[in-house]
Amino acid sequence: MAETPTRHVHFPGMDTTVLGADEIIINMGPQHPSTHGVLRVKLHLDGEKVIGSECIIGYLHRGVEKIAEHRSYQQFAPYVDRMDYVAAVSNGLGYCEAVEKLLEVEVPPRAKVVRTILTELQRIASHLLWLGTHALDIGALTPIFYCFREREEILKIFEKYCGARLTTHAFRIGGLQYEVYDGFEEDVKRFLADFDRKIDEYEALLTTNRIWVERTKGIGVLSAQDAIALGVTGPVLRASGVKWDIRKAFPYAAYDRYDFEIPVGSHGDTYDRYLVRMEEMRQSRRICLQAIEDIPSGPILGKVGKVMKPAPGEVYHSIEAPKGELGYYIVSDGTTQPYRVRIRPPSFINLQAFDTMVRGHLVADVVAIIGTIDIVLGEVDR
Amino acid sequence: MGTVVEFLKPHLLPLLWAVVIVAVLPLVAGYIVLLERKVMADIQARLGPMRVGPHGLLQPIADALKLLLKEDIIPANADKWIFWIAPLISVTAAMLALSAMPFGPVFQIADLNVGLLFIVAVSSLGIFGIVLGGWSSNSHYALLGALRSAAQVVSYEVAVGLALVSGLLLAGTLSMRKIVEAQAEQGIWFVFLAPVGFFIYLVAGIAELNRAPFDLPEAESELVAGYMTEYSGFRWALYFLGEYTAMLVVGGIGTTLFLGGWLRPFPNVAAFDFLDYLPAVFFLALTGYCFYRTPKQPVPIQKAVLGLFGLLCLSFAAVLGWAATLPAEAAARGGILGAFWFLAKVLLFLYSFMWFRFTFPRYRFDQLMRLGWHFLIPVSLVNVMGVGAALVLHRQAGWPLWQGLVLGTVATLAVAAWLVLVRSRRPVAAPPAGEEV
Amino acid sequence: MADEPTPKQPEQRQPTPEGQPGAHETSAPKPAEKPAAEKPAPPKKDAPAAWPKPLDNEMVRRFRRRFGDAILEAVEDRKQAILVVAVDRLREIAEYAREEEQFDMLTDLTAVDWPKREKRFDLVVNLYSFPRNERLRLKAAVGEQDRPPSLTPVWAAANWLERECFDMFGIRFEGHPDLRRILLPEEWVGHPLRKDYDILQQDTAWVRENLGIESGQ
Repeated sequence: MAETPTRHVHFPGMDTTVLGADEIIINMGPQHPSTHGVLRVKLHLDGEKVIGSECIIGYLHRGVEKIAEHRSYQQFAPYVDRMDYVAAVSNGLGYCEAVEKLLEVEVPPRAKVVRTILTELQRIASHLLWLGTHALDIGALTPIFYCFREREEILKIFEKYCGARLTTHAFRIGGLQYEVYDGFEEDVKRFLADFDRKIDEYEALLTTNRIWVERTKGIGVLSAQDAIALGVTGPVLRASGVKWDIRKAFPYAAYDRYDFEIPVGSHGDTYDRYLVRMEEMRQSRRICLQAIEDIPSGPILGKVGKVMKPAPGEVYHSIEAPKGELGYYIVSDGTTQPYRVRIRPPSFINLQAFDTMVRGHLVADVVAIIGTIDIVLGEVDR
Repeated sequence: MGTVVEFLKPHLLPLLWAVVIVAVLPLVAGYIVLLERKVMADIQARLGPMRVGPHGLLQPIADALKLLLKEDIIPANADKWIFWIAPLISVTAAMLALSAMPFGPVFQIADLNVGLLFIVAVSSLGIFGIVLGGWSSNSHYALLGALRSAAQVVSYEVAVGLALVSGLLLAGTLSMRKIVEAQAEQGIWFVFLAPVGFFIYLVAGIAELNRAPFDLPEAESELVAGYMTEYSGFRWALYFLGEYTAMLVVGGIGTTLFLGGWLRPFPNVAAFDFLDYLPAVFFLALTGYCFYRTPKQPVPIQKAVLGLFGLLCLSFAAVLGWAATLPAEAAARGGILGAFWFLAKVLLFLYSFMWFRFTFPRYRFDQLMRLGWHFLIPVSLVNVMGVGAALVLHRQAGWPLWQGLVLGTVATLAVAAWLVLVRSRRPVAAPPAGEEV
Repeated sequence: MADEPTPKQPEQRQPTPEGQPGAHETSAPKPAEKPAAEKPAPPKKDAPAAWPKPLDNEMVRRFRRRFGDAILEAVEDRKQAILVVAVDRLREIAEYAREEEQFDMLTDLTAVDWPKREKRFDLVVNLYSFPRNERLRLKAAVGEQDRPPSLTPVWAAANWLERECFDMFGIRFEGHPDLRRILLPEEWVGHPLRKDYDILQQDTAWVRENLGIESGQ
């Protein structure tokens, strides 16, 4: 690991060919406990202070966009689950809705509501995983087990619904493949009934904990201007004080039916991002509670043919995935296979803000900042 | 020949105790690890080790075997000799510190007249093991861990020392045995006389042990494993042994100085004499539980192990019960019951270490330093002055001791509150020199 | 400029005041009945090849007034606004879109390969305006040897996106601060998202040398 700078080490605007006496370059990852997968970060340190960083990504690159060009529209749908594999339902929703927009088909209301419920549950599950690992990175060993306890309940609902827990492939283009199982409403209601109390439990461990506050307040500050310039979306953007959520800005699925609020932070630091995500879980619960009471009856699949041939043209559709704006830009040439599928991964673009957030902080804050961006390398690398 | 025997005679018992400690300690450390995992599991809403033996009772043995049989890896660029010797320093220092620890009025290897000083001095030598291990690994993570560890121990040693001084002033001696006897004479544990000193000792002690929330030298989410990154197998196990022995040492010092050492609660009150039977009753209850669970174990071998464990508890109960029936002057009575109470109090310390570890997030390095230098050290200084003033007033002016101590404690707490308020008003961490990408 | 009422883009026909920063109320509870029925009103499937349609609104006219011939085409596809622009003025147009038209966020930047065209790549830039809650797509045709201007000085977000574009298509951006591959190894030969790069193709020499295996498939 003790290596001299090579041509791979590259910090924009910084001469790294000569290191000062106090400076070292340290390589975090791709095998490191807190880089959430295979992220590799090269840190230029002065003592323990970070004076530059570079993210090296691509270790999980599978060429998902290339694969899309060689699959039919339906065949590609399961692949998107493998990007953000802790929020597969959201990925599927984004893709299906994009293709539906391209095909200009209308999804029946029942399918829309079920989609909304499952996606919000997925958001809760994704945030729970984030909370557990983020706390673990900062040294709190216990919350992750509480988080997984609740996440398990959600995954059980997914499993009962479509047979898979992680890479669910829950939706089909045009609606749903499966009718909800008997007892779906009861399962969801049972989970939601005491989930509020569970969030209080996590917050009791962290929110007012002096060490937690000291470790997160003022760490990784991202101003609203920086956040917008860097294209950051999702909870990270909202924590910087920009009240923007695609569920409100361009309502999709059935979100326009429900009451919910967009939590925003004011300082753009790690603590605000934490608070924003905690509040988002409560709001997701609120959406689910409204939706589960009133699932319309009717068909679950819209009028889509077995062979999908969208008219030539292109469409961009994005949804508010747990990590930010997940967009699909699909170009059709009139055949059964997409001509080009471009996926706008929220993690990839949010990770770009890492360098801005990390400079001037200590090594210990690096893991806090990686955690707070909430990346999934399957999505960063695709 | 006769003179040699005569010469050796006073050393025989200490020698026996030394052998017992060295032989039993690894096993004890193993079971402390098991205890820690069980406590952790309980806090985290799960079961913990359940596979190896009933309720995981044989897990430490399996772990020890695994570690012994592992391949011994020394990195190619490591400084081999130092790499080799560093874990030994850690273990040796921790074990040496146990030699002056009074596990009871009888069970003590050496009663030095500078016992406390010796223990503190020797146990802080363990830091050499960590620094040298981190340095010789020739790895950045290990080096950072070692540096953090050195800085941390140096800073917190001051706070620990000052906290101990507040207890020492009350005892008036450095001999571990006499400290306990002083508490017996005054009829009160020093924790009630110097609560602030006890609190500071507890916090700084955890920091000195490098345990969460001060476990920065190993901080697995930042530095992988800190100074232990390049260690594996048995060498790694030695570090672990050193760490858990150090926990015993810190717990032992705290018990001796603040919690009355081997004394049972209310040692001078005849009405509480029934407490002498508590150890036996406790182990009897444990025996009963073991036998109750034995038929429910799924595998014959587990039945056998749990049954044997029950018998072991039964024999403990028998010994403790027998000791409690002896006349009060008998050395065996004091020794056996004293060892029970001492270990029980040390376990209390260990439990609190574990409890903190699984509840709190980790401090950042600069915050840890700030806590040490800006809070714990000033507060413990004031505390020492408060206790000292109370003693002077008591001896020179005839004030009741408790009045002076209450005043001193209130003054210390006021200083602490002022420090906290000043600290909370300081600006949050300076924003990074944000540059556009 | 900012206050000038602009015709709503088709994309957001529902009024969505919450989308703007600073708006703090939640969405007004909407009548639950007939939400879906009202929503689409698409030209029913009798006219499948209706897209793309020419687009002409206030914003497009402003762009045209400012840049004249550089705005080659303004169309609408699936109710989404697209401006096809000349690549040599892309940087200027981007700056104008950001400064004057308030498209303050670069949502996405990518390319599409059309090998049969004279200029084989379409550079696609997706913009979003927070104040207007509106999206706009800029497209520019780029030849294989062309060096389109980098948008990194305009939106910092373009940095990695352009690197990815370079990695996948081999488009070299002029003025990019750090144009290197991002997802693939630096020594990799070939640009996988080009249409002439087969799906099973790989840089076998690199794989053999660095991974010690014959094939990464």
